[in-house]
Amino acid sequence: MKKIKAGRQPNRSVGGDIGVGIFLVIFGCFFAFPLVFAINNAFKPLNELFVFPPNLFVKNPTLSNFNDLFLLMNKSGVVTFTRYLFNSFFITFVGTAGHIIIASMAAYVLSKYRFPGGKLFFTMVTVALMFSGYVLAIPNYLIMAKLHWVDSYFSIIIPAFALPMGLFLMKQFMESSIPDVLIEAAKIDGAKEGTIFFRIVMPLVKPATLTLMIFSIQNLWNNVATTYIYSEEKKTLPFALKTVAAGGVARTGVSAATTVFVMIVPLVSFLFAQSNIVETMASSGIKE
Amino acid sequence: MSYANWKVAKKRQAHYLLKDIRQHKTCYGFLAPYAIIFITFYVIPVVISIYLSFTYYNVLQPPRFIGLTNYINLILADDIFLTSVKNTFLIAAITGPIGYIMAFLFAWLIHELPRGIRAFAVLVFYAPTISGQVYVMWALIFSGDALGYANAWLTELGLIDAPILWLTNPQYMMGVILLVTLWMSLGTGFLSFVAGLNTIPTDQYEAGYVDGIKNRWQELWYITLPNMKSMLMFGAVMAITQTFNTAEVTMSLCGFPSTDYAAQTVVTHLIDYGSYRFEMGYASAIATVLFLTMFLCNKFIQKALGRLGT
Repeated sequence: MKKIKAGRQPNRSVGGDIGVGIFLVIFGCFFAFPLVFAINNAFKPLNELFVFPPNLFVKNPTLSNFNDLFLLMNKSGVVTFTRYLFNSFFITFVGTAGHIIIASMAAYVLSKYRFPGGKLFFTMVTVALMFSGYVLAIPNYLIMAKLHWVDSYFSIIIPAFALPMGLFLMKQFMESSIPDVLIEAAKIDGAKEGTIFFRIVMPLVKPATLTLMIFSIQNLWNNVATTYIYSEEKKTLPFALKTVAAGGVARTGVSAATTVFVMIVPLVSFLFAQSNIVETMASSGIKE
Repeated sequence: MSYANWKVAKKRQAHYLLKDIRQHKTCYGFLAPYAIIFITFYVIPVVISIYLSFTYYNVLQPPRFIGLTNYINLILADDIFLTSVKNTFLIAAITGPIGYIMAFLFAWLIHELPRGIRAFAVLVFYAPTISGQVYVMWALIFSGDALGYANAWLTELGLIDAPILWLTNPQYMMGVILLVTLWMSLGTGFLSFVAGLNTIPTDQYEAGYVDGIKNRWQELWYITLPNMKSMLMFGAVMAITQTFNTAEVTMSLCGFPSTDYAAQTVVTHLIDYGSYRFEMGYASAIATVLFLTMFLCNKFIQKALGRLGT
C-alpha cells in the first residue's frame, strides 16, 4: 500500500496544486493590499504622497508623518497624548482581565453542570452573538444614564465583561477539552468548586484564555467610545487619532501613520497567539 | 386524571425544581456575575427596544404609546428606509454568501499548505478583520479626484479620461461598498473553519482514498463538509451578523448621510433617527425589524445546513 500521510496526497493533481497556489497568491495580494498601502503611505515624504501617477511603494522612507502626528496631538488637544494612551490601556486591560475571569466562571458551570435555566441562558448568549453595538445603543444609553455611568470608564468596561463571544468560545472549549472524570476525582479528594476552577480548570484552558484575551483586546482597543463618553480626558487613543486624521487632504500622510499605529496592537497580539486561537476555535461549532 | 392529582403532581414538580436549584447553589454563584451584566446590557436593552418601538419618544418627554404607528410609517411612508432595506439586503445577499464561501474556500486551500506558510497565509487573510480602521485606505484608493489611486491608474491605462466620483456618485457607491465589505468579510468564521479543518481525523481521508475518492472536490463534498457542520453553522451566524450590521464602512467611505442616501443601510438609518433626530421610538422600531430579520435568517440557514451531506 502506498504511504499517504507523508508527501503529496495521491488524489491531488499537480495542475490543481499550481492553480490553487496562483489563486491564493492573487487573493492574498487583494487582502494585503490596503495594509501594504497604509504602511507605505505612512513612511512617504510629502512630495511622494501627491505625485502623479501615484506610486504604491515608498522610495525615500521618512518618519516625518509620525512626528507630525505626535506634534498635532500634543498641540491641538487640551489633553496630552499619554493621557489618551493611558485611557486605552486602562480600558483594554481592566476590561479584558474582568472578561476572562467572569466569562470563564460562567462557562465552567454551563459546560460541566446541568442545572435549571442553564441551557436557556446559553441559548440566549448564542442569540446575542448577533447583536451589534448600534442595535442596542439607545436602550443601553438609557440604562447607563440610570446607573449614572454616562461619561465614566464603567460604561465601556462593564458591558465588555459580558461579551457573548467570549462566553460562547470558552464554554465550547471547556466542554470538549476538560474530562468530567477529572472534576469528579478532585471532588472526591475534597476540593471545593473554587479550588477546582482556579487550580484545575483554568490551567487546562490556556489556549481559550488567550483567545478570549485577543478578542477582548480587539474589541476594546478599537473602541472609539463616543456614545457614552464626552469628556476629552476620558477618550481613547483611536478616537483621538481619528480626530487628528480627519483633518482633510493635507493630513493624508498623518492619517496613514495613524492607521498603522492603531493596527499594530491587534495585529501583533494575533500573531503571537495564532496557534492558541486556532486550537480554541476548533471547538467553536454550534451544534443543532 | 383529576384536578387534585394534577395539583399534587405540579406541586411535586415544583418541589423537585426547587430542590434542583438549591443543589446547584454554587453553579448559580459562578454564573451570577456574568448573568447580571449580560442581562443588564444585552437582554434588558432588547426588551426596552421592543417596548420603545410602540411609542413616540424624544428623550425629553416620557414615551407616549402610539401602537403600531412607527412600523406603519416605516413600511408605508419612509422611502429612505426602503432604500436602506434594499441596500442592506443587497449587501447581505452578495457579501453574505460570497464572503461565507470565500472564508471556507480560503481556509480549505490554506489548510493544504505547509505549516510555516499556513500561519502566514492565515494572518494575511484575517488581517483586514482585525486591523481596526484600515478600510479607510479604500477611501484614498477610490478618492474622487485625479489623484485618487484607482482614478490615476485607470487614467494611466487610458481606460478613463475624466476621474470617476467613486464615493459620491450614487451609480458607483454600492459597487465600492460591496468590494470593501467583501474584503473585510472573512471574519471570525474564517478562523473557525481553519481550526475545524485541523480536527478532521486523517484516517477518514485515508479510508476515503481506499474507497475511491478521486479528486479534491469529491473529498470536500463527502468527507470535509459533513465533518464541518457545526463550524459552518458558527460561520453562518457570524456572516449574518456582519453583513446585516454594515454601517461603519458606508459611513466612513461614502459619508453620512451619503449622496441621495444611496449608500444608506438599515443600521445607518437607525443611527440617523437615534443619534441625530432623537426619534427613539422610531429608531427602536428599526432595531426591532433588523433584529427579527437576522433571527429569521439564522433559523433558515440552520435548517439548510442541517441537511448538509444527507
